[in-house]
Amino acid sequence: MGNTKSNRSIALFGSMKQLIIPVAALAVLILFNLIADPSFFRIGIEQNNAGNPVLSGNLISILDYGSELAILAIGMTIVTAATGGQDISIGSAIAIAGAVILRILCGTESAPETMKAPIIVAFLVACVVSMFFGAFNGMLVSVFKIQPMVATLILFTAGRSIAAWINSNRLPIVNEVEFTYFGGNIPGIALPTPFFIAVACVIIIALVLKFTNLGLYTQAVGINAKSSRLNGINPTFIKFLSFVILGLCVAVAGLIKVSRVSSINYSTIAKDIEMDAILAVALGGNALSGGKFSMTASILGAYVIQFLTTTLYKFKVPSNALPAYKAIVVIILVVLSAPVVREKLSSFWKKIRVSKKEAS
Amino acid sequence: MSSNKSAVSDKGIGAKIKRISDTNLLLSITIFVFFMMYIGAIIFQGSGFLKPQTFFNILNQNAALIIASCGMSIVMIGGGIDISVGGMTALVCMCSAVYLDFMGGNLVVSILIALGIGLAFGLVQGFLVAYLGIQPFIVTLAGMFFARGMTTIVHKEPFNVVNESFSKLKTTRVLIPGMGSVNKKGIYIDAYIELGVVVALIIVILMFCVLRWTKLGRSFYAMGGNNQSAIMLGINVRRTRFLSHLICGILAGIGGYVFFLNSGSGSPSHALGMEMNAIASSIIGGTMLTGGVGNIIGTFFGVLSLATIQNIVALAGLGEAWWTNITIAGMLCIFLILQSVIMAWKHRA
Repeated sequence: MGNTKSNRSIALFGSMKQLIIPVAALAVLILFNLIADPSFFRIGIEQNNAGNPVLSGNLISILDYGSELAILAIGMTIVTAATGGQDISIGSAIAIAGAVILRILCGTESAPETMKAPIIVAFLVACVVSMFFGAFNGMLVSVFKIQPMVATLILFTAGRSIAAWINSNRLPIVNEVEFTYFGGNIPGIALPTPFFIAVACVIIIALVLKFTNLGLYTQAVGINAKSSRLNGINPTFIKFLSFVILGLCVAVAGLIKVSRVSSINYSTIAKDIEMDAILAVALGGNALSGGKFSMTASILGAYVIQFLTTTLYKFKVPSNALPAYKAIVVIILVVLSAPVVREKLSSFWKKIRVSKKEAS
Repeated sequence: MSSNKSAVSDKGIGAKIKRISDTNLLLSITIFVFFMMYIGAIIFQGSGFLKPQTFFNILNQNAALIIASCGMSIVMIGGGIDISVGGMTALVCMCSAVYLDFMGGNLVVSILIALGIGLAFGLVQGFLVAYLGIQPFIVTLAGMFFARGMTTIVHKEPFNVVNESFSKLKTTRVLIPGMGSVNKKGIYIDAYIELGVVVALIIVILMFCVLRWTKLGRSFYAMGGNNQSAIMLGINVRRTRFLSHLICGILAGIGGYVFFLNSGSGSPSHALGMEMNAIASSIIGGTMLTGGVGNIIGTFFGVLSLATIQNIVALAGLGEAWWTNITIAGMLCIFLILQSVIMAWKHRA
């Protein structure tokens, strides 16, 4: 029993070693910004569109826009751990979730005066739809044994088209103020709402990992599916479940995304976010080939990625060119974590130590 | 390649099918599907599909895809995958276009630029995958985003190339005598294919020969079929894997230039989702995702099947752009599941 407990906390926090990577990356970014332009860290108070005073500044926008990434990183970490692959359809899936929310709220009109249904209903429907698409991915991966990235490539291609089709290619606009709360600020609260939603999601997943065997089982399946089956775990179900959980995360992120603009643009909403989410998991020091994971490191990784994005924006990098820089970061990260390179590096360290000892 | 099971009882069609090798079984399914689809198109869409030029137009529009799919098939037969081909195509188009239009360069250098980009991607991705042991999907996903990002860095706006020697090359057509048709005005027009198609056909034949009769080609199958036994057979698996990505990169470079030749413009949104089409063509063409099974001729028919169904969808009045994507995704899904089921059935003890 004691063993199980320690395994559970490993899923939650990972080894402390793992946290070093995102913290170090964060430190590098902070240092870089301090030297380049200290005004990066300024936090001011501004009036938003509704006339409420809110905090503003780069750090706040990192907390704001990093939140949906953190939520997605939760799901992506579990999928990565269980299947040893990543879901590259989350951007398209967010487009679908957003389209569903707007379809429920606006009906068939393009900009109705009042919402056709309560937001909670729209959100719940989006959850169901997203979980359905997650289940579709999960079925391809777990039952038909297709590599996760190829299986999700199907939805990656079709997703945005499906989203456009749900609303017959219209771009509905929600006119009510309440809908903007999820992606903006609730009046009277200076911090952006997405941050609180992310905190809520983190608390929920922390409780789930603490009180269920989900973390333990996913790690077992990810390390060795065959032996975990012999130990009475059902790998097919665990893999399937991981994609359904990711579907739920996608629905939450989709709500935030459409709430930010009260509308949707099918071809640009959540564009390239799959790259960021994978990057967050990799930056958290989790093996992309599955197995052990640290949820805390992934979530921290997500905010570090957003820090990087904001920094790049600050230096006037156009949004379409961002992927090129991030791709370089990904390559550096995976090269550093490649077993061959690790061995070389550790033997290199040993040599230095030995030569130091001999010198003394 | 675990194909010839002699222990299977030799009665009934099922047993006969079980004795065909995986590659040939999937190839025959592909060719059958293509002909059924084309006949279906002729029956439901009218006589337009009977004209040889309709068929040649499919080739003209998809020459680049055929070349890229050949590279994809080779990587997939070797057990890997490459999703950077679409991004590379866009990058090649943009670089060649900028060079030809803004700098007034000559054709030969622009072709060398295309080959160079393909070579560079192939080298780097092949090295990362083969010698550092990183998952091919992650490497090429990064490659795809890098190529897309670089395309916008090179030039932001889409534009058409104005260059004399290039337009000459672009409008060069290979006439096919005897296959032409009479148009509405009653004038006989010869059927034609573009230069890109000639390149594509040469590459299909070349790659088919390489895979069939060279040591390297057989090594791809051995490596994809079973990595461990390939090592025991004395195959240099690392070098083979490296070469598979290198070939795919070079082919993607050539494919990119053929795409450029067909479109005559550079744009960041060129070849969006082409990697998906290439993977879908390979899979429809009978290449297994797990590696070790596949055929270039099948890939060729895979591209044709995909293009035919796109034409059918467009002609059926579902002109909206989203239907194309949904159809391709649907077809890919069906074929993936079909493969999975057929293989499970065939290799059942």
